[in-house]
Amino acid sequence: MSDTYDRRNNGRAPAPGEYGGRRHAPPLRAPLPLAERPSARLPAPSDWTFELIEQYHDVIRATAQRFGLDTYPNQLEIITAEQMMDAYASVGMPVNYRHWSYGKEFIATEKNYRRGQMGLAYEIVINSNPCISYLMEENTMAMQALVIAHAAYGHNSFFKGNYLFRMWTDASSIIDYLVYAKNYVAACEERHGIDAVELLLDSCHALMNYGVDRYRRPSKLSLTQELARAKDREAYAQQQVNEIWRTLPPKLGRDEAEKEAPRFPVEPQENLLYFIEKNAPLLEPWQREIVRIVRKVAQYFYPQRQTQVMNEGWATFWHHHLLNTMYDDGYLEDGIMIECLKSHTNVVYQPPVGHPAYSGMNPYALGFAMYTDIKRICESPTEEDRAWFPEMAGSNWLETLDHAMRNFKDESFIGQYLSPRVMRAFRLFAITDDDTEPTLEVSAIHDEAGYRNLREAMSRQYDLGSREPNIQVWSVNLRGDRSLMLRHTQHNNRPLHDGAYEVLKHVARLWGFPVHLESVDGQGSVARRWTVDPSTA
Amino acid sequence: MQQIIDRRLAGKNKSIGNRERFLRRHKEQIREAVRRAVEGRGIRDIAQGEDIHIPKRDISEPVFGHGQGGTREMVHPGNKDFVRGDRIERPKGGGGGSGSGNASDSGEGEDDFVFHLTKEEFMQVFFDDLALPNLIRTTLAETPEYKTHRAGFSSDGTPNNLHVVRSMRGAIGRRIALGSESRRELRRLEALLEELRAQPYTPARLHEIEQIEADIATLRARIDRIPYLDPIDLRYRSRVRTPVPTAKAVMFCLMDVSGSMDEARKDLAKRFFILLYLFLTRHYEKIEIVFIRHHTQAQEVSEHDFFHATETGGTVVSSALVLMEEIIQARYPRGEWNIYGAQASDGDNWHDDSPRCREILEQKILPMVRYFAYIQVVEQEQNLWHEYSDLAMDAENFAIRKAAEVDQIYPVFRDLFKKEGAVK
Repeated sequence: MSDTYDRRNNGRAPAPGEYGGRRHAPPLRAPLPLAERPSARLPAPSDWTFELIEQYHDVIRATAQRFGLDTYPNQLEIITAEQMMDAYASVGMPVNYRHWSYGKEFIATEKNYRRGQMGLAYEIVINSNPCISYLMEENTMAMQALVIAHAAYGHNSFFKGNYLFRMWTDASSIIDYLVYAKNYVAACEERHGIDAVELLLDSCHALMNYGVDRYRRPSKLSLTQELARAKDREAYAQQQVNEIWRTLPPKLGRDEAEKEAPRFPVEPQENLLYFIEKNAPLLEPWQREIVRIVRKVAQYFYPQRQTQVMNEGWATFWHHHLLNTMYDDGYLEDGIMIECLKSHTNVVYQPPVGHPAYSGMNPYALGFAMYTDIKRICESPTEEDRAWFPEMAGSNWLETLDHAMRNFKDESFIGQYLSPRVMRAFRLFAITDDDTEPTLEVSAIHDEAGYRNLREAMSRQYDLGSREPNIQVWSVNLRGDRSLMLRHTQHNNRPLHDGAYEVLKHVARLWGFPVHLESVDGQGSVARRWTVDPSTA
Repeated sequence: MQQIIDRRLAGKNKSIGNRERFLRRHKEQIREAVRRAVEGRGIRDIAQGEDIHIPKRDISEPVFGHGQGGTREMVHPGNKDFVRGDRIERPKGGGGGSGSGNASDSGEGEDDFVFHLTKEEFMQVFFDDLALPNLIRTTLAETPEYKTHRAGFSSDGTPNNLHVVRSMRGAIGRRIALGSESRRELRRLEALLEELRAQPYTPARLHEIEQIEADIATLRARIDRIPYLDPIDLRYRSRVRTPVPTAKAVMFCLMDVSGSMDEARKDLAKRFFILLYLFLTRHYEKIEIVFIRHHTQAQEVSEHDFFHATETGGTVVSSALVLMEEIIQARYPRGEWNIYGAQASDGDNWHDDSPRCREILEQKILPMVRYFAYIQVVEQEQNLWHEYSDLAMDAENFAIRKAAEVDQIYPVFRDLFKKEGAVK
């Protein structure tokens, strides 16, 4: 039994500004020295065995520790391709409640896989404590080594270190919570019928992206607390709803009363599911609990959606760096190393725009290039780097990299660290699509005049706030028909697509009374309006 | 706490529950597809999977997203020759800016979502339509059963098949065979020893006795080392599996193809034949199907012609029965074949012909067949129905039923399946 968990700093007081008081070790200043050069390289057959995985894992762990990677304990699980598809279908989680959309996902994945249209990911890693990494049975030994370095040390240390994950997710309790969610949903299906639960889940899923808190820390989840509190919550939540019932419609002076009525909610709310859970007048207690479950799951995945480039880049950087170090230390055979590098090269390939395989930026490629470039700037800065990153140039690369991993999300990470050199390497260019103009315009390219614009545009591109339409709860008509008003604030005059009406039907089903959605353009006037009345819809 | 866990054996098919939910949700489309498939398939090919197509928009999950329009700026890699300020034609069809990943989810694509319904799932839906009771479903959907029976003994097998007496007998034989040499030698030495002891002792003799005693001890040890029971002694009862259905059956499908039988009625009739066919596949290894269609004259035809050709004219049902009888006489001797008949009609018949039908059935056909089922695909009762219902009261192996909907077909076979349940 060996342990990768770094306990050297247990008992230290939390540093100021740390979230939730969870501590982490300060980054190393320099890699620890290699204890002893191995007398022989690790065996390198193409087929893996449990003993071999263990041997490789020991070396990878030791190497990771030399760089001070701070991880949750690792749990490696060997699974089959079929199980990998199962995991795919339930958004990578080992347990989840049942829903038809996961079935659809599974069928689609299975079909594509059978036809050979897609390879499965080599690994899935779960942000839990211990951190579970799935290794596929089909992988060769070299691939298993790559995956262990990538997932069990790269992603794992990111999950443990990045501030978004520290703030929004609790790795130790997520599996328990999902077990609770699965059982709760199953119990509801038994009591209220599969159809009722399915309708509700459909509606919740439609709003899933609007079920996250962006600025507040939710309380930690723990199975025991959840169970104990679920009951209380049902009763309590039902009382809270009464805000909407309390006020009887006034007998006279209706218009006047409407004007005077206190605004509800007092301020616009961005977490639609939270608002619905707490305030929808007609939901039963069990329905509120399910809304809550969907909301919690959405919240759990929220950091992952915001740190694609950072997370994948970090894991890619480290598998590359760890394996290369192991090779230099005399652990890896040439064959293994070449296979790893080949895989690595495929992963970080960025097809150019216009290429048949092009589908936007490859987060692995971008992230890897950025971390690698940060290291380079620290170690051997050029004049340009000194001008752009005066503080970073010549600093300690381990510390700088650690800082860059912990304290950013994609948007700010790119805004801070995307260097001219990387922009040139990718030959980035920005295109402005303004529907009032007849043609598209190239607004910036990778040249002196364009670097800053490019970097800003790229950063915005990864900002969830502008990628997803900004829709908030605007008001509830307390004195009238109890209708709910949602407001979409247009970003750069971009309208909603027509799916909005379908989503609105789901909102109306949850709310139980009419729901309006207004789309407000840059000038503050209502550009478009949708209304759904649940009694007719 | 480093762990490597082998999960490969722990439950695959975790998603099966989700798949069921998915099928449940799209039940209508799937039923429709199954219905079409049943129409298109031959009776013999019924038990197969099927590809189901569902329009993408029916399974999309709506989310809020941006539509076309407004201003947006996208960053792309791989600039070849653009410089700042270049103007580019807007690409047609919105294919250009897929960067945000949302463009393809909006449901404009009319591609179908295609997936494969397994044989089991297909039959499940098919049976749902026919309102088959559950017990019948399982017996129908199963592959033919095998019966195991003894076939002597073998030297390997599972412990529960161990034959103790045989094994012990083998062990005794082996012990005798392996030990006989040593025992013979032992007896000889013991006799010798006895002899020597009877004589007066001398040092030389004493030495000889010691020698012999040592030899005896060695031999005894050797005999003791022969195992009481050795793995090679073990004998197991050998069991072989043989398929239960061994007999042959022939199924006669009789259908009225006069003008009044439209497509819907034929479809109903087809399901009726399929059901009987499925029942027979459960029980017989070899099944032949004879298709006889008739209007005023009867004719043996291929399956395709049976279901697809339409003829007009009057109806003389007895012609088909006569032909069936002739075919039986000519090709299917009663001793070798189990004969089943299934007749579908809209009840129309030439007036004077109905008593004749009854007569042929009663006297010639029913004594020869195991079961004869008649289904009338319209409600209205005519003389054929009256004649047949009289007959059905007396005859045990004759069942009739009116079925205007597919779920009314099953009861006509109820007796047949009931018997099945009782035998089991």
